[in-house]
Amino acid sequence: MTNELVRARIDQQLPGLLTAHETAYDDMLTVETTRERILELLDFLRTDDELQFHFLTTLCGIHYPENTGRELAVMYQLHNWQKNIRIRVKIFIPVSDPHVPSATALWPAANWMERETYDFYGILFDGHPNLTRILNVEDLDVFPLRKEYKLEDGTRTDKDDRFFGRDGNTGRSFD
Amino acid sequence: MQVQSYFSQLDSLDGELATLNLGPTHPATHGIFQNVLKMNGEKIVSAEPTIGYIHRAFEKLAEHRPFNQITPITDRLNYCSSPINNIGWHMTVEKLAKIEIPKRAQYMRVIMMELARLADHLICNSVIGVDTGALTGFTYMFQERERIYDMYEEVCGTRLTTNVGRIGGMERDFSPAFHKKLQDFLKTFPAKFEEFNSLLERNRIFMDRTIGAGPIDAERAMAYGFTGPNLRACGVDYDVRVMQPYSSYEDFDFIIPVGTQGDTYDRFMVRQEEIRQSLRIINQAYENLPEGAYHADVPDYYLPPKDDVYTKMEALIYHFKIVMGEVPIPKGEVYHAVEGGNGELGFYLISDGGRQPYRLHFRRPCFIYYQAYPEMIKGSMLSDAILTMSSMNVIAGELDA
Repeated sequence: MTNELVRARIDQQLPGLLTAHETAYDDMLTVETTRERILELLDFLRTDDELQFHFLTTLCGIHYPENTGRELAVMYQLHNWQKNIRIRVKIFIPVSDPHVPSATALWPAANWMERETYDFYGILFDGHPNLTRILNVEDLDVFPLRKEYKLEDGTRTDKDDRFFGRDGNTGRSFD
Repeated sequence: MQVQSYFSQLDSLDGELATLNLGPTHPATHGIFQNVLKMNGEKIVSAEPTIGYIHRAFEKLAEHRPFNQITPITDRLNYCSSPINNIGWHMTVEKLAKIEIPKRAQYMRVIMMELARLADHLICNSVIGVDTGALTGFTYMFQERERIYDMYEEVCGTRLTTNVGRIGGMERDFSPAFHKKLQDFLKTFPAKFEEFNSLLERNRIFMDRTIGAGPIDAERAMAYGFTGPNLRACGVDYDVRVMQPYSSYEDFDFIIPVGTQGDTYDRFMVRQEEIRQSLRIINQAYENLPEGAYHADVPDYYLPPKDDVYTKMEALIYHFKIVMGEVPIPKGEVYHAVEGGNGELGFYLISDGGRQPYRLHFRRPCFIYYQAYPEMIKGSMLSDAILTMSSMNVIAGELDA
């Protein structure tokens, strides 16, 4: 089974569901859909007789502060053990309205993964049985993995990009 | 019937459930995590785990460090088998930078990773023995682990947080002392291990304690995201070393042991057999250790010899660029998984071409399978819950990241 066949199968069974697709740098099929239809897609990938992406390998959040209206992303990575093929599914949501339906009904494994994603990025998984912080303390009032929270002192000058021939577009400085 | 209802009444405190705080620090849990148990006498009615006591924000830290400085972070994930984490991370960066590693370095890595797996399983299994009341085996196996740590020391200078190897290969070749220690280990360890095995494997007390303790079936385990020995104990032969061979694992002949019941005894037995298989792999890799370089010729990523840095212009430039995190790195997304001591250890790396990852997510097997723990111990005795936890080999460092 190849990436093309997987994508063709999704398009055939659920036309118009994928809003984007690509073969990522590591040759893994990466598809994108909307949060309204994410559960439909995940459930199809999981239960379809041909695809059988039965195993939820991991799930995590990503923050792109510059993508207006698409600041937060949730990445699901599934694996079909029989045919040994993986797929990455992404959805993008605005940071002002970070609601995503929970996948806990499909995989109990999603429970803590979603709690961790909530803890780090503040993504609200609707329908999650117990969406509370998991690794950080309960009374933390920030979502620490968001890019606006710097790790180091912002006044440092020894890592000035200009000294390293970087124009600010070819990668970020240590912030 | 009369007698039974009398005893079941005795089991609860005035007919009420008792709340028991197991942890955060408890000698029986071998790590810092808390379980709030609802107890009916000695039976567990429900469990609520709390984790995060040693959360160190690794994913945030990794977004602020150059690639080579992330290796010491990975040490502290599963600290019982740090070399697997280190090398898994190196291979992730090598996948991103498309670096070909010489065969010798790959075999050296396999030897290090299998020694790490062996040490990891050895500790887990001897601790299962301790939790059933058999301390002696543990004291002997701990000495064997010390010998493995002595070997680490020869290869990287450290014992627990190893930081072994570099992006592009190994940091140094195996030293004569390492060769001697490894040969000695391969000669004497099997007999000692089988002696340990004979203390527990068919021991009636041990079997009675572990058979049927904390079982989970294969379907449930997969739904919970189990990988590694805990999954294989349920009878599913998923192993990243075979499914997606890395670092030349396809060159070696080994089997993937599986259990049938998914209980503590099966988890113990799977790890025991994996120790033997690890020995087989180490033997094969060592006997066929290819000649050649122990690192790839990638001056952009691999530090030059210190002598050259002092005397040669190019070496000094490369040294400076690597230390300052000024190496060119492609943009892209990479997922790389290795078979860690506890299962699929994955690194999901998003690079935007900058000095440090844009995003690095660790798929930590412990974190994912530990959420099944309440379900596995529900209705069992407290003493079985302790055993179940040690046989799942939950390592707090990997759990909390």
